[in-house]
Amino acid sequence: MTKGRASVRPADYPPPFDAAEAIAAPSDPPDERIDVGLLIVGAGPAGLACAIRFGQLLEDAPELAERLGDVPVAVVEKGKQPGSHLLSGAVVNPRALRRLFKDREKKVEDMPFYGPVHAESVYFLTPKSKTRIPAPPTMRNHGNYVASLSQLSRFLAEEAESAGATILPETAADKLLVDGARVLGIRTGDKGRGRHGEPLPNFEAGSDLVARVTVLSEGTQGHLTGAAIERFGLQGENNQVWALGVKEVWRVAAPLRRVIHTMGWPLRAGARYREFGGSFCYPMGEDMVTLGMVVGLDYRDVELSPHDLLQELKTHPLFRRILRGGERLAWGAKTIPEGGFLSLPKRLHAPGLLLCGDGAGMVNVPALKGIHYAIESGALAAEAAFAALRPGQTPWTPGALESYDEAIRDSFIWTDLQEVRNMRQAFGKGFWLGGALAGAMTATKGRFPPKPLGTEPDSAQTLIRTNRARRYPAPDGKLTFDKLSSVYASGNKTRDDQPSHIRIANPVARDIGEAWVRMCPAQVYELADGGSGDEVTVQVTPSNCVQCGAITAKGGRLTPPEGGSGPEYTLT
Amino acid sequence: MKIAVCVKHVPEAASRRIDPSTKRLDRSGEGALNAFDANALEEALRLKDASGEGEVVAVSMGPQKASDTLRKALAMGADRAVLVSDESAAGSDLVATSYALGKALAREEPDLVLLGQQASDSDGAVLWAAIAERLRRPMISQVAELTASDGKVRGKRQTEFGYDVIEAPLPAVVAVSDAINEPRYPSLKGIMGAKKKPQETLSLDDLGVESERAGEAGSKTEVLGLTDPPARGDSRRIEDDGNAAEQIAEFLAEKRLI
Amino acid sequence: MSILVFLEHHGNELQKGSLSVLSKAASLGAGDVYGVVAGSGVRELASGAGKYGASKVFVADDPALEAPLPQPRVDVIATLVREQSIDTVLLAQSVLAADVAAGLSARLDAGLNWELVDIEEQDGKLVGTRPALADSVYVQVGWKGEPCIGIFRSGTFDPKETGGEAEVVDTPVQLEDFSTAATMIEQAHEEQQGPSIEDADVIVAGGRGLGGPENFTLVEELAKALGGAVAATRAVVDAGWYPYATQVGQTGKTVSPKLYVACGISGAIQHKVGMQSSSVIVAINKDPNAPIFEYSDLGVVGDVHEVVPKLTELVKQRKRSAS
Ligand SMILES: Cc1cc2nc3c(=O)[nH]c(=O)nc-3n(C[C@H](O)[C@H](O)[C@H](O)COP(=O)(O)OP(=O)(O)OC[C@H]3O[C@@H](n4cnc5c(N)ncnc54)[C@H](O)[C@@H]3O)c2cc1C
Ligand SMILES: Cc1cc2nc3c(=O)[nH]c(=O)nc-3n(C[C@H](O)[C@H](O)[C@H](O)COP(=O)(O)OP(=O)(O)OC[C@H]3O[C@@H](n4cnc5c(N)ncnc54)[C@H](O)[C@@H]3O)c2cc1C
Ligand SMILES: Cc1cc2nc3c(=O)[nH]c(=O)nc-3n(C[C@H](O)[C@H](O)[C@H](O)COP(=O)(O)OP(=O)(O)OC[C@H]3O[C@@H](n4cnc5c(N)ncnc54)[C@H](O)[C@@H]3O)c2cc1C
Ligand code: SF4
Repeated sequence: MTKGRASVRPADYPPPFDAAEAIAAPSDPPDERIDVGLLIVGAGPAGLACAIRFGQLLEDAPELAERLGDVPVAVVEKGKQPGSHLLSGAVVNPRALRRLFKDREKKVEDMPFYGPVHAESVYFLTPKSKTRIPAPPTMRNHGNYVASLSQLSRFLAEEAESAGATILPETAADKLLVDGARVLGIRTGDKGRGRHGEPLPNFEAGSDLVARVTVLSEGTQGHLTGAAIERFGLQGENNQVWALGVKEVWRVAAPLRRVIHTMGWPLRAGARYREFGGSFCYPMGEDMVTLGMVVGLDYRDVELSPHDLLQELKTHPLFRRILRGGERLAWGAKTIPEGGFLSLPKRLHAPGLLLCGDGAGMVNVPALKGIHYAIESGALAAEAAFAALRPGQTPWTPGALESYDEAIRDSFIWTDLQEVRNMRQAFGKGFWLGGALAGAMTATKGRFPPKPLGTEPDSAQTLIRTNRARRYPAPDGKLTFDKLSSVYASGNKTRDDQPSHIRIANPVARDIGEAWVRMCPAQVYELADGGSGDEVTVQVTPSNCVQCGAITAKGGRLTPPEGGSGPEYTLT
Repeated sequence: MKIAVCVKHVPEAASRRIDPSTKRLDRSGEGALNAFDANALEEALRLKDASGEGEVVAVSMGPQKASDTLRKALAMGADRAVLVSDESAAGSDLVATSYALGKALAREEPDLVLLGQQASDSDGAVLWAAIAERLRRPMISQVAELTASDGKVRGKRQTEFGYDVIEAPLPAVVAVSDAINEPRYPSLKGIMGAKKKPQETLSLDDLGVESERAGEAGSKTEVLGLTDPPARGDSRRIEDDGNAAEQIAEFLAEKRLI
Repeated sequence: MSILVFLEHHGNELQKGSLSVLSKAASLGAGDVYGVVAGSGVRELASGAGKYGASKVFVADDPALEAPLPQPRVDVIATLVREQSIDTVLLAQSVLAADVAAGLSARLDAGLNWELVDIEEQDGKLVGTRPALADSVYVQVGWKGEPCIGIFRSGTFDPKETGGEAEVVDTPVQLEDFSTAATMIEQAHEEQQGPSIEDADVIVAGGRGLGGPENFTLVEELAKALGGAVAATRAVVDAGWYPYATQVGQTGKTVSPKLYVACGISGAIQHKVGMQSSSVIVAINKDPNAPIFEYSDLGVVGDVHEVVPKLTELVKQRKRSAS
């Protein structure tokens, strides 16, 4: 297979992966299956809010709690701990948290936040200068709070445990258990396999976890969510598309007193580049800041590297000043679903199954916000599951969980996402600073391009090649870093001799191979030596992976590795 | 056989730092089960499995958060956990740690006390000898193979010179090396069951440890100051122009390395 | 001040590490410096310690001390400390010495500082220096009360002959019951093919810059010439060039030899954390910007295929002419 170089698209090299692989019937004998009441996949804000809300409801329904058995609520999480795989901005709209804890003593002030947002600036950057532009409505953050999502979720995990949930960290949901038309639960991944899949002496096989209702709150690029959407035909109007966010946390000499968003440089404005995104910089108390770069994954340049764009961003005088005398504490990367309203699944439930949070694409793209939607959807999922478990109800009959879709449609999630869907059409999909575009267009006298309307998957963009990489700064180990140092700062210490969890076509067109090498923020891909000509063999080092999900958007497929692998975020 | 396994909660390697104000290791961040202690726990579970009876108790001294580490031990298969946690135990050195932990262990009256190869935060690799002394029991360290029968343990000890085989009557103290086994993964049922297993937290008072014998007060070592490590790197750089090997050899000779 | 140094022996020799600590203690000039030898039939060995600065060497000679087990030695030293008013006990790191020191610390409620790389007297008190947290920080440590016990990191000093005569004094041996309960069944000093990488004083490590598995012979030859062990980076272990047991780094082994020679290794942080506490680091890499140079004592910009074989030859030559 030789592809004309000019027109190569990652989608032309589909990964050796079939969504059906992630779906199975239970295989453990019935008496060995682990029975739980409500099973939640993913201890992110959505999953934990679901566990907390369900626990609250069970408190007043002891007979149901009784009926659900020893483990009324279980949350499986592939990270080492709840929070290990969570990375966000994060400026949090406290609305959903307030609602979740409204009958409790808990106040937002008592949660692990770094304080409310007092001031904010939006800039349009050129390499050496900045132009302040008025904050558009979607980017006003007054009344919102800054947090590390990783830390916030550890707090939520404690709340969930005290509400009666059993949290199962280091456990990947590997397969969705489906029996006929009904979701029965999940099968967890095996542990202790060697490089070629062979069981090692401490091999521990996965287990069937069977539940009355299964909630998928896997966040971005959900492994089982994707399979379920396909299996139950839930695909929405548009394809989902993603952006990749790369961020760092720094200890700084002087406190930052405002939240900053930027657009423009180091992204390029030319329409053919399709480089949509921007940066954020938030204060974390008196002595820390976080800063990150978000880039739509429909970009086209083979040499584009979000990791290195962030390194370049830090060389701007604006950020140099903020970081002067500081020290990098943490680094991480993760994708954000950017399809918005039109990419929402057409139904958020199937028999025995509910979808929430980022997995379902509930992100307000222009505002770069998803946490409060995740929390709200998790809480609503708990309510729907609870209603369907009441005496006389069976949650696994078709339509039994319909009340969840209704509740979502009546919630602020729906109104908010619907409201900004037009913004997206006006300014182009995926452009999370879309709201700011008006300002930018004024500042740049209209040179700033709106992203064209389109619903193509990110992997369907034909690649182009410029000499972008030449301008990335050489890592100095103080302000700018190489990828491997960054992976170290993510806390990743994955066992080296696991089977690969990355599925990609191999060999591929040179441009695709090189694009993956650049794109992956964790240096998972390298081109094997001697790969001359148009096709190259891609060498994969899976243990570097921080599970950001970008490869799935750009033509490969990320599957969950052994539980407990990947980054160990604590400050992101 | 009743086996007590000592497990330590250690801060994550990447975020380890000494707090300049207290001159102590900052233990406020993320922590985990000291990896070497998983080997001790695994060995205890194997001994229990092999004999078909007995009890494995995980014992730790540390901050309240060490209960997560104990939970992990329970998930792996320990039957019970004891945490010695007390504000005034913070900053304990070997003298103070071995005294308090010794009391907690004595209270359990185990046949065998197992420890790991070293705590990865302090790199001490010494505590067992102090514990054995406190308990007045025979001790074998650096054990790469362990068997127990007829009221005795036999361990193969690794030293600089090769292997020794040492035998000791029970009750005894044994520290295992990480070569002894490959720790198991906690099973899902194990993780789920861990929450329901008995976990006890003891204060120094509960153990009858006087506060002047604990923490900084009870410690006999002190940190006086912190400095940056001596600079290294680029102290000498040469380009090979054909005689780099000679220059390296010179350098090694100068440093008395050859 | 009266300092007692634990003189470990193996076979018929006092260990170099112990003698180094002894000469360091003597160089402090802070009072009396004694040694102690404990074993069976070891009286002969004791006088040798005079050369390294001991004015007196206590000898505990007893069949019960034949096997190198720590607990009886605790009894011996504890008695000496009490009877001879010893205020400081110093040891050189070893499996045996660490156990002796910690047992003694608990027995006497005496402070123990380990990993010392230096010690000095300040205003009549001892102050030690020790690296911590993978050598990322150096800590000045002291002792509260007496006696003070210290273990020195191995290879920190060299023994220095200052040429005195030591008085050899027999010391009675009284052992506790529990101290003698453990018994040596088999003392098998198996000679290994070479040192294991955890114990080796010299490590020669190979990375992807070697170009292929066959070129590991370059590294092996150099290691053999230097009497060291061979280590590898993850990149070459992943590629199947060398076994995982030799991987040094974050997800491999942590080593701290006296000499670490890195051949064709870029020096990524994950490798660095496994070897940065080596005393001397020599790196050979053809890329002048390789991160490894940032923490090497000697950085050689060159081709491993050129430099390494020549170096091996030179090392062999020197060894030959030395013997
Ligand atoms: C760079 C960046 C900046 C952002 N900034 C903001 C912001 O400022 N404000 C805001 O509101 N939102 C922001 N967001 C979006 C926000 O982070 C997400 O919307 C939110 O985290 C979604 O929550 P969730 O619970 O749905 O998913 P996640 O937070 O992704 O949590 C999912 C969890 O499920 C686990 N999981 C997934 N699959 C499996 C499996 N198969 N088995 C076991 N466990 C599994 C994951 O490990 C993870 O812990 C940002 C996102 C990014 C990437
Ligand atoms: C960087 C650093 C340097 C230190 N240096 C010194 C020093 O020089 N002198 C000194 O007296 N103290 C020192 N300490 C304090 C020392 O860590 C504690 O006194 C300690 O508990 C003694 O054992 P250890 O941590 O060295 O454990 P090790 O002897 O390394 O541990 C061996 C085994 O003991 C068990 N164990 C260790 N600690 C605990 C615990 N808290 N609870 C249960 N089981 C445990 C585990 O099984 C472990 O595998 C230091 C601490 C740090 C962080
Ligand atoms: C979670 C995680 C854990 C990891 N754990 C470890 C670990 O335990 N140990 C480890 O080593 N790595 C580990 N790594 C990998 C680490 O990041 C590096 O990728 C690895 O150390 C690189 O190995 P290398 O130096 O052999 O290869 P490379 O980085 O490819 O370096 C090869 C070097 O050889 C030089 N070179 C090439 N040809 C020649 C020549 N002819 N002469 C001289 N020099 C030449 C090149 O200039 C280059 O600097 C880990 C990474 C992650 C993410
Ligand atoms: S390999 Fe892992 S880290 Fe790299 S792009 Fe894919 S998901 Fe992200």
